[in-house]
Amino acid sequence: MTYIAKPKFHHPGLKKNDLGYTHRDYEGKISTLCAGCGHDSITASIIEACYELSIEPHRVAKISGIGCSSKTPDYFLGNSHGFNSVHGRMPSVLTGANLANRDLIYLGVSGDGDSASIGFGQFAHSIRRGVNMTYIVENNGVYGLTKGQFSATADRGSKSKKGVTNTDNAIDLVAIALQLGATFVARSFSGDKTQLVPLIAAAIRHKGASFIDVISPCIAFNNHAGSTKSFDYVREHNDAVNRLDVLVGRDPIAVDYAPGTVQMVEQHDGSKIALRKIDADYDPHDRLGAQTFLARHAAKGQIVTGLLYVDPDAEDLHEHLDTVETPLNTLEADTLCPGSAVLDKINASLR
Amino acid sequence: MSDKKPISSVNDFVVRFANVNGSGSASANEMFARAILRHGVPVSPRNIFPSNIQGLPTWYEVRVTEDGHLGARGGVDMMVAMNPQTWDKDVAGIEPGGYLFYDSTKPMPSTKFRDDITVIGVPLTAITNSTYTDPRQRQLFKNIIYLGALSALLEMDPKLIEQLIGEQYKGKEKLLSSNVHALHLGRDWALQNLKCPIGLRVKKSDKVGDRIFIEGNSAAALGAVYGGATVCAWYPITPSSSVAEAFTAHCKKYRHDPETGKAKYAIVQGEDELASIGIVIGASWNGARAFTATSGPGISLMTEFIGLSYFAEIPAVIMNIQRAGPSTGMPTRTQQCDIIACAYASHGDTKHVLLFPEDPAEAFEFAAAAFDLAERLQTTIFLMLDLDIGMNHRLCRPLKWDDAKQYDRGKVMTEEMLEEGRDFGRYLDVDGDGIPYRTYPGTHPTKGSYFTRGTSRDRYARYSEEGSVYADNMQRLVRKFETAQDLVPRPLQANAERPTKYGVIYFGSTSPAMDEAISMLEARGHQLDRLRIRAFPFHSSVASFLAEHDFVYVVEQNRDAQLRQLIVNENGIDPVRLVPIVHYDGSPITARFIAKAIGDHQDHLKVTPLRKAVS
Ligand SMILES: Cc1ncc(C[n+]2csc(CCOP(=O)(O)OP(=O)(O)O)c2C)c(N)n1
Ligand code: SF4
Repeated sequence: MTYIAKPKFHHPGLKKNDLGYTHRDYEGKISTLCAGCGHDSITASIIEACYELSIEPHRVAKISGIGCSSKTPDYFLGNSHGFNSVHGRMPSVLTGANLANRDLIYLGVSGDGDSASIGFGQFAHSIRRGVNMTYIVENNGVYGLTKGQFSATADRGSKSKKGVTNTDNAIDLVAIALQLGATFVARSFSGDKTQLVPLIAAAIRHKGASFIDVISPCIAFNNHAGSTKSFDYVREHNDAVNRLDVLVGRDPIAVDYAPGTVQMVEQHDGSKIALRKIDADYDPHDRLGAQTFLARHAAKGQIVTGLLYVDPDAEDLHEHLDTVETPLNTLEADTLCPGSAVLDKINASLR
Repeated sequence: MSDKKPISSVNDFVVRFANVNGSGSASANEMFARAILRHGVPVSPRNIFPSNIQGLPTWYEVRVTEDGHLGARGGVDMMVAMNPQTWDKDVAGIEPGGYLFYDSTKPMPSTKFRDDITVIGVPLTAITNSTYTDPRQRQLFKNIIYLGALSALLEMDPKLIEQLIGEQYKGKEKLLSSNVHALHLGRDWALQNLKCPIGLRVKKSDKVGDRIFIEGNSAAALGAVYGGATVCAWYPITPSSSVAEAFTAHCKKYRHDPETGKAKYAIVQGEDELASIGIVIGASWNGARAFTATSGPGISLMTEFIGLSYFAEIPAVIMNIQRAGPSTGMPTRTQQCDIIACAYASHGDTKHVLLFPEDPAEAFEFAAAAFDLAERLQTTIFLMLDLDIGMNHRLCRPLKWDDAKQYDRGKVMTEEMLEEGRDFGRYLDVDGDGIPYRTYPGTHPTKGSYFTRGTSRDRYARYSEEGSVYADNMQRLVRKFETAQDLVPRPLQANAERPTKYGVIYFGSTSPAMDEAISMLEARGHQLDRLRIRAFPFHSSVASFLAEHDFVYVVEQNRDAQLRQLIVNENGIDPVRLVPIVHYDGSPITARFIAKAIGDHQDHLKVTPLRKAVS
């Protein structure tokens, strides 16, 4: 057996969230990724965010494509249903799942190979449809699972482990997500949990297409000098525009942020995002501004992180399609089938 | 002058309209077919159209058939030649003794006609131009004017056509009266200037009964509504687009919450077929009934996902409206050519359930049943239509629905069952039928969740590359496919009047041509038992049928005898005993073709009709 079960033992002193769940309730199987892989840190951040939001783990559906990154849903939320679909096609599977039951939380996990190459179309279309999901790309600039080929997010001029220089232009998924109308767009770094955890929490709370690009260094194939997705490079070139906290309605909100540096964003479901601005001029409600800001910084080799854009009044695909509130998967013949009397009328109209 | 006696026939002839695509002739031509139906005389119409939107030739053929033969007959008794581009070919296609109807406004050289046909000229353009000034009106009403003239020539009751116009333009009085006026313009001109009626005539009859007139695609879409499909994802492709379009129209009518007006369905036009099937799989995984409609090229793109549906055991319904392949082939011509591609779609060892409806009534029935089957078997179900049934109106028995019917959601373990402590192993064969239980996401806080993946796993859905674990799973999938045999529609057998050593197997849209061919063969002294296959996996009666006959003809509309291949493969039978009868030029198979091919083969075998041997 190649899978490893985690021991079920819970320490009685473990901290509990509002639902009485401990951290352990949000964990999954033990990771089989390389020790030190950035993806494992993202897994940890997802666990942390779900714990902090007091989400019922089984109300999450976690869907992925194929790749090291796409394996990670097995390593968090062990009590929720997971779906490792086919390479690059997480977005369509997630879209279908979401249409079937609008009441669950949809977490899409993908890699840069998965989303920027074979699945580029699906990524784009799920975003432009406004599927209510949190779409996380674990972006390491290489194909990890197939051992180190350049992916489409590798920067032009960056070097592979074998010393080959990438001559193709890079796809910036954040820029594309902004252009396609994602209503929550963020970038972060797997090594920066303080920034990443609240971003994931806010994205889950967001109703609409949330996209988070997380730079996630591949220890095995893309952590050398010359790579622009290595731990060192990202640490040195990380330019955070803001940091945030997510304040969920249930908590008494005691805000003691210094006015002027903090902006409150209230989301659909009443949760609030407290944005602590680092770059005082950055406006996360300005889609066009965000696009130029990104492009300007990219030209200088900087990686802009933080909440780059949010539309707190976003609509999702179900609203566009005007579907009933009841999950479609619970409707049965009595409400779906027009019945034989109607069929008789239809028959009569066909003579 | 005709040197052949003009064809004389009441309620049994073929009229073909040759038009230019985009000229608005379709509705007049369809009205012609419907008008004959209103006389109580069965018709079988067929669209023959190019893969092009405007300007190219298009034909519409109406077989008038008192005997109710709904297959294509072949041959044309009357050509309504409205397209100068195809004139020569159209004139050449008329049966000796047949009729040519044309617009005689401009004189034609006599070389453009034939001596062995009756030529009927009506100055359609002159009549329209003297009545209408607007160019679009001139074009549209010209079609109604020829319909009027034909009604006189064929001795049709104009009231029945007026009635149809009335139904079509209900509430639009101006359009109604102007159409009726145009109809009479043509009719009166013909009555005053031509010898009416001609040898071809329509006489009132009572052969239509309570049958309905509907396209297969529309019926299949309605089947999806009745079958409880709530998610449809599709990508446009001829000849399947009208399935999704009809589903949308039906849903708009029947699927809105009366209080809130909200939709009890979700339809997404995917960005491609990869996404469409992905959406279907995601929705079905999450417990909704979902389907897509496509054609050959779409199936090619979907195959990776179809493999996932098979191996990870996720329900999916795919309606495949087949057209001539391979590749883009002849996109607007019919074939039954995706049998192998669908039966074994995807890499690795896979097998899929195929349903073969013969007409719109079965398309409706099988489409609804496909959702029960998909959920019961947790796998992909293909509804195999083709352009000939999908995009043509067929006369068929009325659609039927039993209101007591509940949907079969298959083996779904609920929260209560999990609470009771039922052992949940996603790939555990608890009942010995190869079908495991599944749970919907979100069912229970601590029990019943599992990881769906295309990679090998054990009975409890735990990832495993252990050889024995993999083989165990693959064996169970075989058992499941065996279970499917008894769940899918059974073949229907009809025996010849006298015992015979010869049989014929056929399926799908070949049906009406086959029925007619059988009587033609009987007339030639050949007796054949017949078996209409309605699904794959094959029921055991297929093997028995093969065992009971020395030779079995397999009639199909593709080059490589794909159903025959499948039968040979699945039954391990000596291929020599299965004689392929294949038709694959993109036109629907005809009774004439089948009767000739089988008859010639039987003659070649020197078959003495058994009549002599059997007392
Ligand atoms: C259709 C198809 N083509 C190719 C592959 C092989 N493949 C598996 S994972 C992968 C790339 C993974 O890269 P990425 O998505 O960036 O994830 P990472 O492993 O880097 O986390 C490829 C090409 C496949 N599984 N399916
Ligand atoms: S190969 Fe790279 S991406 Fe894959 S697990 Fe190892 S470090 Fe992570």
